[in-house]
Amino acid sequence: MVAMSKIATGNGHGENSPYFDGWKAYETNPFHPTERPEGVIQMGLAENQLCFNLIKNWLIKHPEASLCTPQGVNKFKETALFQDYHGMPEFRQAVAKFMGKVRGDRVKFDPDRIVMSGGATGAHEMVAFCLADPGEAFLVPTPYYPGFDRDLKWRTGVELVPVNCESYNNFKITRNALEAAYVKAQEANLRVKGLLITNPSNPLGTILDRDTLKSMVRFINDKNIHLIGDEIYAATVFMEPEFVSISEIIEEEDVECNRDLIHIVYSLSKDMGFPGFRVGIVYSYNDSVVSCARKMSSFGLVSSQTQHLIASMLSDGEFVDNFITENKELLFKRHKYFTWSLSQVGIGCLKGNSGLFIWMDLRKLLKEKTFAAEMELWRVIINEVKLNVSPGSSFHCEEPGWFRVCFANMDDHTMKVALLRIRTFVLKNNEAMVPLKLCRPSSLKLSLSRSLSRRMEAPGIMSPHSPLPQSPLVRART
Amino acid sequence: MGLLSRKVTCNSHGQDSSYFLGWQEYEKNPYHEVNNPQGIIQMGLAENQLSFDLPESWLAKNADAAGFKRDGQSIFKELALFQDYHGLPAFKKALVDFMAEIRGNKVTFDPNHIVLTAGATSANETLMFCLAEQGDAFLLPTPYYPGFDRDLKWRTGVEIVPIQCTSSNRFQITAPALEEAYQQAQRKNLRVKGVLVTNPSNPLGTTMRRDELDLLINFITDKEIHLISDEIYSGTVFSSPGFVSIMEVLKDRSLEQTPVWERVHIVYSLSKDLGLPGFRVGAIYSNDPIVVAAATKMSSFGLVSSQTQYLLSAMLSDKKFTKEYMAKNHKRLQKQQSKLVSGLEKAGIGCLESNAGLFCWVDMRHLLSSNTFEAEMELWKRIVYDVKLNISPGSSCHCSEPGWFRVCFSNISEDTLKLAMQRLKSFVDSIAINDQSHQELKNSRKKFRTKWVFRLSFQSFHDREQDER
Repeated sequence: MVAMSKIATGNGHGENSPYFDGWKAYETNPFHPTERPEGVIQMGLAENQLCFNLIKNWLIKHPEASLCTPQGVNKFKETALFQDYHGMPEFRQAVAKFMGKVRGDRVKFDPDRIVMSGGATGAHEMVAFCLADPGEAFLVPTPYYPGFDRDLKWRTGVELVPVNCESYNNFKITRNALEAAYVKAQEANLRVKGLLITNPSNPLGTILDRDTLKSMVRFINDKNIHLIGDEIYAATVFMEPEFVSISEIIEEEDVECNRDLIHIVYSLSKDMGFPGFRVGIVYSYNDSVVSCARKMSSFGLVSSQTQHLIASMLSDGEFVDNFITENKELLFKRHKYFTWSLSQVGIGCLKGNSGLFIWMDLRKLLKEKTFAAEMELWRVIINEVKLNVSPGSSFHCEEPGWFRVCFANMDDHTMKVALLRIRTFVLKNNEAMVPLKLCRPSSLKLSLSRSLSRRMEAPGIMSPHSPLPQSPLVRART
Repeated sequence: MGLLSRKVTCNSHGQDSSYFLGWQEYEKNPYHEVNNPQGIIQMGLAENQLSFDLPESWLAKNADAAGFKRDGQSIFKELALFQDYHGLPAFKKALVDFMAEIRGNKVTFDPNHIVLTAGATSANETLMFCLAEQGDAFLLPTPYYPGFDRDLKWRTGVEIVPIQCTSSNRFQITAPALEEAYQQAQRKNLRVKGVLVTNPSNPLGTTMRRDELDLLINFITDKEIHLISDEIYSGTVFSSPGFVSIMEVLKDRSLEQTPVWERVHIVYSLSKDLGLPGFRVGAIYSNDPIVVAAATKMSSFGLVSSQTQYLLSAMLSDKKFTKEYMAKNHKRLQKQQSKLVSGLEKAGIGCLESNAGLFCWVDMRHLLSSNTFEAEMELWKRIVYDVKLNISPGSSCHCSEPGWFRVCFSNISEDTLKLAMQRLKSFVDSIAINDQSHQELKNSRKKFRTKWVFRLSFQSFHDREQDER
């Protein structure tokens, strides 16, 4: 009997990792406030569930945005027929405008460079197909989103070479680390075609500073390789410092850059909380890439029904402004409460200002400084604490003991239950605790427009861990 | 540049083919009844625009189901968050029931064996990634849909080897043709992984007969290879013989417990049958759970929007709607097809007798200046630029004989179709007048060919006329 392809029968989909245990535990026993109050709480899913009321209210006021209402049905036929891979002009214009606003209107995006894809998942694969051939490689700073192993490598045959980042300097991406990774790739006979960065970072919840970004742009220009900026968390920057996009850096006077090397991956899954609608975007400054990606987008176009909805929503300037502001506020509040509560029981995390998660430091709770110990602690936390979070090793973190914990995918009550469980667990193991400075919630700076002074915990405080792996398996994005 | 991948710089996206060039010309000068009556009429696009009133009136009556609501409660959030690649269970159930209905419920499908993808474009590519790799090939009967060159080959590295079919037997697949294609692949050092057929056929507009399907099953059993049946036009069968699905034949031959059962896969979509290409709803159906599992994971790269799944699950679960839609849609397709056939006839042009699809396979061999593909291109250019009709030349569909063209009929109104036929007639008449010196030779060739073709289409035209009355 003739076999299936190696791609289909191999492990490149990345789903056989042991971290599936966390998801299995969640799925067999998911938390519910009344029906299953002892169930596992899902903290391994980076979803943004905080802004739905704002969106629902907008939908009620704009029935024409749906094709299914009396006000919208007159657009049904033309929308149902629209399969042009250029995408609806109004959709591209609205998305370009939104991307600009998310960056404080400091840059403008050209709607003609907007190319659709099947979510950011589809976008990444498409970019890999455009920029690299099988056997070539991208450099990716660690820790990084586990899905990249599937999205960039699986069907493309492209390799990923990690750029090692460490906690001693808050996982900063240094020029040395980039050079070292480049050399390593060469030694392995891999031709490096590009550098992929996620900014804001998943899983760190931090943004890249201007100097680091400039240093990267210099690096890729020196090596004549591509820079792919995954900016899908751009609108989740809820606190200073302000987000700086690659699109801004390349406009700076002291930056010399071949624009044909610059590409951005975007999506509405995290910023707006719409992962189900599969709105992925490839934005490239390279005309050949735009042209090719557009043809490839045939394999993952955005449903015209969704393009129509998004075009309506995002062309409403007032709604967009309100959404961006409110989204930041809600994330800030949730983040603040969460990190403050953790600090009360001596658990620290990397100081972050963005994303839908925190990068929790549980190194002090490890029996020994090994990944085996990390896995052991992780299993305890799934089975005893009943929280599903993601162990750092699943993100290719170089140091054991770090965990990504999501906070925006649940309501206030569930969050309180989760925090109580963590507190209980930590107090039970309190010989490993290190007392930390208390932080006063009210003194945190909310956003650029506010001018409250800020006193945070000591920078980069970390503390022992609760290993909770996340299983990227069933649900697409982690 | 060397900076980009080979996929960017090569031509495997297939877009330099004449199939797409005709589209480009159309876009520069599109016909409009009022604004641009001299423009190019689009007859190269296989879209069904005849039946939109039906889903529109369904929407008007079913606001709740369609408008992000369930029992009056908003489920927007639930949908916005739903990204499970297993798909919305209610939608998969509605889809497999619809597929069964199209097959007269002679076969049923298991929702756990269906994988949702962003259109059939994505379904076909995904199946290639699952079943084959660089150095492998799939055999496809010619003529075939030009998009397959991109969908099956471009990013996968898989090759297509044609199974040559000819007008001598209405382009049916024969055992020698299958064997010859297989041998050809071997001579090229390609490992044959399977056969892919489109049934009903694009561009022929015909359904495969039972003996053809039997032949295919015997062939793939003997060679131990896969069979992919692209059945995206299964719901457009508007006259007899009816549609016979590959699954039905497997069942009738009691092959469910044999190895070949798991090597047959179906590709489906709602783009043609329901006229919803913009919604990107495709599906892979496989009897092999390993293929289902692999394809499901790959579908992450092109999932169907949850709001679209929700809308369509409501629509397709309404059996009253689906029954009415199928009946009315078939009638309208049949009527429009027969108008095309009779219009062509008046211009002295015949076509392959068809019972399905959104197009006819038209025979213009008698209008060629020579029996070559160059002459076909020459004729095509005249039709696009002078007659101002965008139709698809057979060479873009890899037809082995010059002179055949695919002409779509369901994406334009009756009036536009009438105008298109008038233009064609004037063109043909003008050729007759201008070609004095070749008149004799042409007449004799024409008589021989068109007599045979006329007999087919004329006869069926008469049959249909009787039915409609």
